[in-house]
Amino acid sequence: MKPAGGPHQLLILIPAFNEIGAIAGVIHEVRGVMPEAPILVVDDASTDGTDQSARLAGAYVLRLPYHLGLGGVVQAGYKLAYELGYEYVIRVDGDGQHDPRYIPALLATLRETGCHMVIGSRFQDGNGDYTNSVRALGIWFFRLVLRPILGKPVHDPTSGYVGVNRQALQVFTGSFPLEYPEIEALVVLQRKRFQFQEVPVRMLPRKTGRSTITAVKSLYYIFHVLLGVFINVLKFEGRRSKDSARK
Amino acid sequence: MERLLNVTTALSILLVAMVLFSVRRSHIRVEYSVSWLAAAVILLVLSRSSSALTWIAHQLGLADPPLALMLLVFCVFVIVLYRLSVVISDLKDANIAMAQRLAIVEFQLQNRNA
Repeated sequence: MKPAGGPHQLLILIPAFNEIGAIAGVIHEVRGVMPEAPILVVDDASTDGTDQSARLAGAYVLRLPYHLGLGGVVQAGYKLAYELGYEYVIRVDGDGQHDPRYIPALLATLRETGCHMVIGSRFQDGNGDYTNSVRALGIWFFRLVLRPILGKPVHDPTSGYVGVNRQALQVFTGSFPLEYPEIEALVVLQRKRFQFQEVPVRMLPRKTGRSTITAVKSLYYIFHVLLGVFINVLKFEGRRSKDSARK
Repeated sequence: MERLLNVTTALSILLVAMVLFSVRRSHIRVEYSVSWLAAAVILLVLSRSSSALTWIAHQLGLADPPLALMLLVFCVFVIVLYRLSVVISDLKDANIAMAQRLAIVEFQLQNRNA
């Protein structure tokens, strides 16, 4: 993959773990919408040949040496994008739930508003679908928690369909949550007084497999992320400086 | 009380021996043995000095010196475990950063050769 230089300065980032059934289709769909944007699949040490499938479909593949989890995968992609000079990165999940037709709207919002992060929101126009009641409760709860921290409402804080600009990339290369990163990433950006926007999107059903998120995991998620949010609000800057120096 | 102090004395000596043996076999690095050795020595000194233990129990408002010993043992090991949590967290951060760096370097090498 060459350093950034295309017309959009945009990289499409697809984190994937054991998505062999869906990854090629996702890459072809993204290519159909954004034919000139390079596609980077960050493979979280899949054991089912996801990396080979992605290469055959024409994507670049950054393969991690062992399983890091979603935050570690996304951050690895952000680091590479930043080093190669990309201005914008839009993340599309490898399971096919993110409809690539909304990528141009996300990119346009990043470019035209100057915001640092754009979130593809399932709920901004009220058409979102909750997979279970505990998850719905969690989303409602985090909207309440994040409202005073972010200084504005966020309709879909758990959406992974996000785009970031170069300034946000720089921040995320130094500090990015490792587990359940979406909500905590908003707080990380807020500490820098960065701005975010939401763009209405529709999500699709998974192409293969099924979600591993159960009601019990949703409760764990709520506890884990709540703790992460408050720790990020209170985080000691010295620790972050040390982390940055390590990068 | 005497029997309990004898047991804690034996445990302290056993802990010192285990740590020294592990350091000698390179199972524990010297810098991480210090916390365990310090904990064991504190335990040993308190177990063999009933006057010190009685004084500490009095300062803590405890009528029973063995209770003070148990409380101190608990505090010492909480500190050791906390220190280890800090070390593990730091190692995990470093490990993740290294895995990401390795993947990026491999990626760039492959693309340079392609």
